[in-house]
Amino acid sequence: MIYSREYETMAREDLEQLQVERLQITLNQVYRNVKFFKTLFDDKHIDISEVKSLEDLSRLPLTTKEDLKHSYPYEAFAVPLRDIVRIHSTSGTTGNPIVVGYTKNDLNIWSSLVGRVLSSVGIDNNHLVQIAFDYSQSTGGLGFHYGAEKLGASVIPASGEQILKQIKIMKDYRSSALISTPGYALHIASELEALGIDPHELNLSIGLFGAEPWSEKMRSEIESKLKIKAFDNYGLSEIIGPGVAYECECRCGMHVNEDHFIVEVINPDTLEVLPEGEEGELVFTTVTKQAFPLIRYRTGDISKIIPGSCDCSRTFRRIERVSGRIDDMLIIDGNNIFPSRIEELLFEIEGVEPHFQIILSREKGTTMIELKVEISPDFFSIDEIRRAEDFRKKITNHMSTRLGLRAKITLVEPKSIGRSSGGKVCRVVDLREDNI
Amino acid sequence: MLKIRNLEAGYDKLKVLKGMSLHVNPGEIVTIIGANGAGKSTLLNTIASLVKPSSGAIIFKEKNVTTERPDYMIKHGCALVPEGRQLYPTMTVKENLILGAYTLYSGHNRRIADERLDEIYEMFPVLSDRKNQLAGTLSGGEQQMAAIGRALMSGPDLLMMDEPSMGLAPIIVKNIFKTIESLRAGNKTILIVEQNAKAVLEIADRGYVMETGSLIIEGEASELLDNNDVKRAYLGRDYNEFTD
Repeated sequence: MIYSREYETMAREDLEQLQVERLQITLNQVYRNVKFFKTLFDDKHIDISEVKSLEDLSRLPLTTKEDLKHSYPYEAFAVPLRDIVRIHSTSGTTGNPIVVGYTKNDLNIWSSLVGRVLSSVGIDNNHLVQIAFDYSQSTGGLGFHYGAEKLGASVIPASGEQILKQIKIMKDYRSSALISTPGYALHIASELEALGIDPHELNLSIGLFGAEPWSEKMRSEIESKLKIKAFDNYGLSEIIGPGVAYECECRCGMHVNEDHFIVEVINPDTLEVLPEGEEGELVFTTVTKQAFPLIRYRTGDISKIIPGSCDCSRTFRRIERVSGRIDDMLIIDGNNIFPSRIEELLFEIEGVEPHFQIILSREKGTTMIELKVEISPDFFSIDEIRRAEDFRKKITNHMSTRLGLRAKITLVEPKSIGRSSGGKVCRVVDLREDNI
Repeated sequence: MLKIRNLEAGYDKLKVLKGMSLHVNPGEIVTIIGANGAGKSTLLNTIASLVKPSSGAIIFKEKNVTTERPDYMIKHGCALVPEGRQLYPTMTVKENLILGAYTLYSGHNRRIADERLDEIYEMFPVLSDRKNQLAGTLSGGEQQMAAIGRALMSGPDLLMMDEPSMGLAPIIVKNIFKTIESLRAGNKTILIVEQNAKAVLEIADRGYVMETGSLIIEGEASELLDNNDVKRAYLGRDYNEFTD
């Protein structure tokens, strides 16, 4: 179903008018109210009144995660704190998190946008929606929660529950839709199998997954194991959270809510805007957000704009499923992990060589993380089992307390981690796709 | 119905509109609120072709009308109810109304004009009662009705109103806004600029907030009523309410 037909199917020409109007208003707002943008535009001698069309957007400077970190916590807000009614933040695994504020109106718009996402995959007021996303600082849980409530669906906020409790809820409450990471859906599937529960006994018919990259192979695996139809969606906390782009019943790319977000794809090296159909880094400009508007924000996600129109009658352009990152960020069960940050933390521990390798695999649907760490030859011999065990625990604790990373630590001898012909250690080995 | 892109206009060297973009969909009531001197009247006068834009485009009913003359706009369905009514005080109410249909008389469509006159009298019985009275003797509310009636005489699809509530008692303002709502029900599209933000946002579908020649807020009327910036600046809410 199309939740907001007036906007989702509006003529491209009318949409462009709306985008230009909203873009100009947003620029007026950020220039007046956000010191970071005022300084940025002034330094680069940019006159915002010269932005007269969507093409002119490419003349504005890009905004990066680093820029926003310097504005920690509230410097990039465009409204006074008394107008903020909700605060979320990114995981902050590389230092300060990015703090995202919402006004009352931002929350209204957000829940409507999530309403569009849910409607497009067939969720309505007859559905029982089990949300297994985290409800804490990340935007997934509460974002979907309020969107589903707006549709009148019965929402089961199930985050934080153990897997067996999730399954009990799913079975007994007769959940009809599951919202989680795709990895968690596979985890549920394998537990169901272990418990001998036939998915046909469940009432589950729809799965809406996101917050980590997944493939068509994984989709068909989830669909066949859980006997549901699985859909993809895209969002990021800096922009709003879930509700940025969503699949429709055609499942041929994700429609961007273009009346609220202007999407561009750039070449991450030359920073030039790429034409439709070419793969590059996704860049978003928010045009209706009051509290935390962003101009040309570089997401780091690699995708492309799919040329042509969709059979569903929506006129919003589509982006392809995210194929990777421009940086080394790994998304593990919806959490962002930077190997460069792991390296920094390892450096803090005496006796660790700067060589390590992260091995990601999937066991019963759950992502397993192994961290292979090379140890200095003169520090101690790995044969000293007890000392080695203490040392392993030390690294485990360090990763857990500083990064929230629960990894199996394996100590290895120097130069035992495979290197490329240039002598460079292969930092990440991702076997998750092979383990489905 | 109406699309405006990057409109710039002013008087000699004084730039009043600094690149504004906005639109009005058919059947909508759209309002532009803002303080004195923001450029609201200049915007309406520019759309009506009374002020020539220095750049930008005005698209009315899918046609670029940026360089058209005022009579073209009236003939093609865009009429303005000007600020302060601007009736001819020494002419009768009927004569003032007839003036609104001047494009019809020149086109030998007198019959249509007569029919419209009857419709206006039906809509505003008080104007019928006072049709032979001099316009200058009418009360403020009656004058506003006469000014709306005069604009309606040209049979507009888009009716633009410049501060219709100005100088009127609250009860009269209520009546005028009720009239505006009934005009929309009769298939008119309406663009109102107002300082009385609360009254106009209660009948409008969407609104824009204008400050010194630029638009700074846009949204559904209900969103604007709820917007703290709008409340602080235009709805007369006590500042302390927001700082406690």
